[in-house]
Amino acid sequence: MTTNPSTQPNARSSMLPESDVVIQTENVSIYYGSFQAVRNVFLDIPKNRVVAFIGPSGCGKSTLLRCYNRLNDLIPGARVEGKITYQGVDLYDPKVDPVEVRRRVGMVFQKANPFPKSIYENIAFGARVNGYKGDMDELVERSLRGSALWDEVKDKLKQSGLSLSGGQQQRLCIARAIAIEPEVILMDEPCSALDPISTLRVEDLIHELKQQFTIIIVTHNMQQASRVADYTAFFNAEAGDGGSRFGYLVEYDRTENIFNSPKQQSTQDYVSGRFG
Amino acid sequence: MTSLTTAQQETLIESSSKFSGVRLTDRIFYWLTVILAIGIGLVLIWITYSLLSIAIPAIASFGLGFLASSTWNPVQDVYGAFPQIYGTILSSFIALLFAIPLGVGVAIFLSENFLPRKILTPIAFTVELLAAIPSVVYGMWGIFIFIPAILPLLKWVNNAFGWVPIFSTSPSTRQLFAASLVLAIMILPTIIAISRDTMISIPPQLRQGAYGLGATRWETITKVLVPAGLSGIIGSIMLALGRALGETMALAMLVGNSNRINISWFAPASTISALIANQFGEASGLQKSALFYEALVLMLLTLAVNVLAEFIVGRFQQVE
Amino acid sequence: MTNPSDRVISDIAPGEFDTGVSSGRKVFGNVMTGLVFACVAIAILPLASIIFMVIANGLGRFSPAVFTELPPPPLVEGGGFRNAIVGTLLTCLIGALISVPFGVLTAVYNVEFGRGNKLSQFVHFCTNVLSGVPSIIAGLFAYGVVVLTLGTFSAIAGGVALAVLMAPIVIRTAEEGLKSIPRDVRQAAVGIGATNFQSVFSIILPAALPFIATGVTLALARAAGETAPLLFTALFNQYDAKGLREPIATLSVLIYNYAISPYKNQQELAWVAALIVVLLILAVSILARALTSRKVY
Repeated sequence: MTTNPSTQPNARSSMLPESDVVIQTENVSIYYGSFQAVRNVFLDIPKNRVVAFIGPSGCGKSTLLRCYNRLNDLIPGARVEGKITYQGVDLYDPKVDPVEVRRRVGMVFQKANPFPKSIYENIAFGARVNGYKGDMDELVERSLRGSALWDEVKDKLKQSGLSLSGGQQQRLCIARAIAIEPEVILMDEPCSALDPISTLRVEDLIHELKQQFTIIIVTHNMQQASRVADYTAFFNAEAGDGGSRFGYLVEYDRTENIFNSPKQQSTQDYVSGRFG
Repeated sequence: MTSLTTAQQETLIESSSKFSGVRLTDRIFYWLTVILAIGIGLVLIWITYSLLSIAIPAIASFGLGFLASSTWNPVQDVYGAFPQIYGTILSSFIALLFAIPLGVGVAIFLSENFLPRKILTPIAFTVELLAAIPSVVYGMWGIFIFIPAILPLLKWVNNAFGWVPIFSTSPSTRQLFAASLVLAIMILPTIIAISRDTMISIPPQLRQGAYGLGATRWETITKVLVPAGLSGIIGSIMLALGRALGETMALAMLVGNSNRINISWFAPASTISALIANQFGEASGLQKSALFYEALVLMLLTLAVNVLAEFIVGRFQQVE
Repeated sequence: MTNPSDRVISDIAPGEFDTGVSSGRKVFGNVMTGLVFACVAIAILPLASIIFMVIANGLGRFSPAVFTELPPPPLVEGGGFRNAIVGTLLTCLIGALISVPFGVLTAVYNVEFGRGNKLSQFVHFCTNVLSGVPSIIAGLFAYGVVVLTLGTFSAIAGGVALAVLMAPIVIRTAEEGLKSIPRDVRQAAVGIGATNFQSVFSIILPAALPFIATGVTLALARAAGETAPLLFTALFNQYDAKGLREPIATLSVLIYNYAISPYKNQQELAWVAALIVVLLILAVSILARALTSRKVY
């Protein structure tokens, strides 16, 4: 086992009482050009659990999330050091096809971003590009039921996805993500643009989805983390050499431990709202 | 921990064979866009090369002396470009003389709130339409309406200020000065559009700061906004100059196509593009080659001006 | 003498500063405001005059005959220019067929793949330089490349010359359209396993379509009015062109030839042609504006 060269205590935060690990994060640092955004993270994601990433702005939680399906590849100058393995395969191995990775690790974004197509096509598109040969109508219905949207849209599948309300759009995006049957779903602050009622529906949905999928959710909302997550990782940001801020993992544990008996003072400060 | 079975790992590491066609299409598509993107650069080189290849006989015959010679004699097959270069640069200069104050004035009008937005937007659109009128229509308008209308004024100038060399001849119906005025109208939209964008993009703090110090609206404009947007305005002038140098039809119809240099602005003159438009149809052999030589000069001239404009406008955008 | 920093507002003697704006500053402001209003009037006057004159001179001869008949010989009355209308449509169409795929895919490279790298900066630079190439040079280029190769003036040569002028317009507006699509949508498409090709053709280009359509209409508007690039490529034809590899009449060249001709009937036809071209271009410009307002995002 490597030691964490970070200046922070609690060097290895990834120990979990779970045996079934889907994603392993080993000593990962992420750079944008010469700027280090995330430093030395160790973190294991257990299968069929919900893991929440919390922490102040700029702590690198979204950046790390986007490494798990190689979406950072799309940003020029982004670079990952260390090792991320998905079911034992090194995700950043040059032989790995990023398109295939993204099919298995789906993503739901902060702002609902349906394609400018019909509701039906929003879901069918992903299935089609992945060579789905089965009954498309059935898949669309199953995915929309899975995201608890079917009853609201079943009579207007031909309408544009952009015509739905914000909360519905976000559930459409979740339906789109589950239609391609990924194993992991990444959610980047999926409720930050939603009203409380829509938020509640999405949270209920997350609870149901966990039967089938492994979910990693980035959230600013600590109540949300405590409501939906089995495990919570708290990230913090700190000024490094030269004054630029980098993010690092402070503590990773069962959600109730993070909120009730955190081991680190900064975690305690953050979850009790005494931060900053 | 569980690992994938070997078969699953293979599909993750290398895309499964059922997608190989899709992946191949993707690669081909990528390289197609790369080739076309590079193609845009190649087109520029190709244009210059195609001009050069036909101009070579004339370059061989006349060398660089072509640029300074004032003879254009198809009978003796002797050619020189100086009168056209002179006419091209002078007509662009006169056009800028009128277009700069007008264009910057309109740009200020459109970027400051002299009138409510609701009125400014249609005015801005109307000014943009000036750029949409084809140059041949400007030429026709010049022949039938503008020159007849302005001729009395020019005659008066000639009477009153005939002792000034540039106003020394009786105004001709086809002449450099009137053609340059039409040219000024044609390049106006270029100056207005870019200057206005520049003025609008000046950070509002600058404006508020000036007002906060008690400056009047016009003191703010002349002492703060125009200096702040100067490189954008200069860039717009350079682009307009590039357009003026290359403008063909209006000048071919209005400038008079005289291949002699006359010191008076009221006399017929010629420009490079007007000469090409007028003579190309009947030209052959060395004369055609000489026309391509002139075109090459024009190409390099506009290229230099446009590249310079690029750098000036680009520098401004970086400062933002 | 007290230290200036100890002075408070109440210490400032009356008259030390002007109260209000002095009359000199006011006059300066009013004169300048008057000047800019005059600038706007001078800028709009030519446009108004051109549109008025084109309508006044062109409307009299405007009749179905101009669309159906051929140009008459000098001194013969009547006639029309159906050959020139067909020629303008044809050369513009050929120009669009070349420049639109070229321009859109170049824009796709710049926005989707290049994203500000060295090549895309170079392409951006070349696009701007190309848009500054004088139109007559585009004509000479097509003459050297197409006319000399085919051995004849033709609609194809005219189309190639126009394509050179249209490409930068298409590239710029297509780039704008592609950039207007939120990054999230792109990532979502890629995030569910679409390749770049699938995401560009199924998601991004359809969403950018209003912009691209604007670019194409603006490019067509410019091409329809261009004369200089057609003078030595499409040339002119008194009759209907029988094929693409034959000299062909266009509206703009017809205006040029007939406006400088001494015959009254030809001058009248030139005005009618100008009326058609100007109205066409104005309509297209306004249409283009309407298209951009139909943004998806």
